[in-house]
Amino acid sequence: MSLLGDRQQLAYIASQAADARVNVELETEGMTLNIGPQHPATHGTLRIIARLDGEQVVWADPSCGYMHRGYEKLTEVRSFPQVTALVNRIDWLGSFANEVPFILAAEKLMGVEAPDRAQHIRTILFELSRIANVTLFLGDLGVQLGAVTPVFFAFRDREYVLNLIEGATGGRFHPNFDRIGGLKDDLPAGFIDETRNVMKKMRKFCDEIEALLFGNEIFQSRTRGIGVIPRDVALQYGMSGANLRASGVDWDLRRDQKLPLAYDKVDWKVITHPDGDSFARCWVRLQEVRESTRIVDQLLDTIPAGPVMAKVPKIIKVPEGEAWVSTENPLGEMGYYVVSQGDMGPFRVKIRSASFNNISITPWLLKGVYVPDIITILASLYFILGDIDR
Amino acid sequence: MSSTTDTTTDAPRDDIRDAEIARVLAALGTSVVDSLVKPNDDMWIRVSADAWVSTGETLKSLGYSYFCFISAIDWLPSPFGKGEEDPASPIERSTVIKQGYTGGETRFQVIARLVQPFSTLGINIKVDVDDTVMAIDSWVHVFAGANWHERETHEMFGIGFNGHPDLRNMYLPTDFEGHPLRKDFPLLARHVKPWPGIVDVEPLPGDDSEEEGAES
Repeated sequence: MSLLGDRQQLAYIASQAADARVNVELETEGMTLNIGPQHPATHGTLRIIARLDGEQVVWADPSCGYMHRGYEKLTEVRSFPQVTALVNRIDWLGSFANEVPFILAAEKLMGVEAPDRAQHIRTILFELSRIANVTLFLGDLGVQLGAVTPVFFAFRDREYVLNLIEGATGGRFHPNFDRIGGLKDDLPAGFIDETRNVMKKMRKFCDEIEALLFGNEIFQSRTRGIGVIPRDVALQYGMSGANLRASGVDWDLRRDQKLPLAYDKVDWKVITHPDGDSFARCWVRLQEVRESTRIVDQLLDTIPAGPVMAKVPKIIKVPEGEAWVSTENPLGEMGYYVVSQGDMGPFRVKIRSASFNNISITPWLLKGVYVPDIITILASLYFILGDIDR
Repeated sequence: MSSTTDTTTDAPRDDIRDAEIARVLAALGTSVVDSLVKPNDDMWIRVSADAWVSTGETLKSLGYSYFCFISAIDWLPSPFGKGEEDPASPIERSTVIKQGYTGGETRFQVIARLVQPFSTLGINIKVDVDDTVMAIDSWVHVFAGANWHERETHEMFGIGFNGHPDLRNMYLPTDFEGHPLRKDFPLLARHVKPWPGIVDVEPLPGDDSEEEGAES
C-alpha cells in the first residue's frame, strides 16, 4: 500500500467500500449445486457436490463409486493371463495401454523378457491407444466448452486409429492382446502402410483442432489462467501425465524409466508447458498426439524381424515376489504393485491408476472458482471414470 | 538411456540404489526395521508404526516428493481360495501367513510408494498394522494426495488413519458392512454360482505337454 499515492489509496479504499456495500446488499444464502452423476462433462458417472456462494464455489466434493467394479478383488481369483481381460476395462479409451504395465510386472517376476519384435509392436500399439484416447479428449474438450464441431472431427478420425487396433488385435476397445512373454499374434499384412496413412491423417487432425480450438479467442479466454496447479502441489497430489507436464515438470516415464519398450530407439521429445492452467494441459495433450504419431512413424521403419513370443510354459506360474511397474499411459502414470506367492494367480494387485490421483486434487482446485470454470477444469484435467473407480 | 550402470559381474550390482538406500537408512535411523534392494529394480523399507509420519516427512525432505500411492496388503491366505471348487464340500486351507519382502509381524501391512521426480528412483515403504489397534497415523499433512488413498484403504481393509480429516467411504454405501479387500471377505459371485471359467483349465484334446512354448 505504501507504494500507492494518496489519491490512489483513497480510490482503493472507496472501491473496497463500494464492493463491501454491494456484497451486503446482495447477500445470498449459500446454495448446494449437484453436478452429475449423469453429466456429459464427467466421462462416465462422477458426481460433484459444490457449495456455492453466489457464483463462486466455496467447497467441492467429488463423489466416486458409481462405477466401482472391484478389480483388485477380482484379480485375486484370476490367473495371471486372465487379468489382462479385466484391466482392459480400467481406462476404456486406451485399453491396450492398461495391459502393458501388468504384463511387464508379471514378466519381471518371472524373469522373462519379450522378444524385440514384440517390444516394438507393443510400443506401437501403446502409442496408438494414446492417440485414440487423446483424440477423443480433444474433440470432447470443444463440446464441454460450447463448441460442437471438433467432436465430429474427433470421432471421425479416431475411427481410423480404432480400425488399426482392431485390425491388429481383433478388438476395437478391448484388445486383450498382450501376453506374458510377448504378444498373441504378429501384425497383419498391410498394417504398416495403413498405419503410415493414418498417422498422416492424425497430424492433419491435430492441425485442424489447433486452428479450430486453440486459436479461438473464446477458448483461450475460458481456459487461460483457469485452474492453475503449481508444480509442488501437483507433485504432492501425485498428479501425472500431461497434467504434471503442464505444470512445468519435465518428467515422462517413457523417457526416464528403463523398461523393455522401444522408446529409447526413437527420436522424440517430452512436451512441457510452464503455466499449469487449463490451457496448458490441453495444449500439452495436443502436442503429445503429434509426438506420438512421430514415435509410431519411426517405429514402423525399424520393426525388427523375429518371433513375437518368448518361450514361456503354457501353464504360467509366477515365482514368489513383489514387483512394481508403471508406464506413462494416456491419462498419466499407471502402475501395478503385484504380489505373487508362487501361485497361478496374483496374491494381491494394487492398481494405481492415473485419474484417481489426478482427480483427488479437485477439492483443492475447485475452491473459489466460478461455476462455468468447474466444467473447464474437469475437462482439462481429463479423467475417465473407469480409471478412478477401477 | 545410457547404460553406464551395466557392469555385468556374477551378481547384479546397482550402485545407484545401494548408495540411495544407505542415504535413506542414515536419515531414518532406528525407525527402519528392515530394508531390501533389488538391483536395477526397486527399493523396499519397513518402518515401525510410531515412526510412520516422520518417515514420510524425512523421505520428502530427501527428495522423494512425488506421492505415488498408499494401500494395504492382507497377508492372510484366502480361506476361500479362488472359489473354484464345490461350495458344498469346502477344502481345509492353510492359514499360515507368509510375508513378502522385508518381512513383517502382523496380518495387515500398509504400503506406500514415493518417487524422486526426474530420477524415477522409487521406494516402497511398508509398516505393520497392529491387529488390536488397526490404525496408523495419517500422511495427509505430509502429502495432500494421501487423503483419498487413505479413505480407500480404510473402507477396503478397515484400517484407521489417525488424524485423517474425513474417513468417509469412497465407493461403498455408507452402511456397508465388511471390508471387501480383506481375504476373509467372500467374493459372493463365486459362492452363488460355480465359476464357469474352470473348464478353460482342462486340457483340450490334442494338447501337448505344458512345457511347449506358445505359437510364435
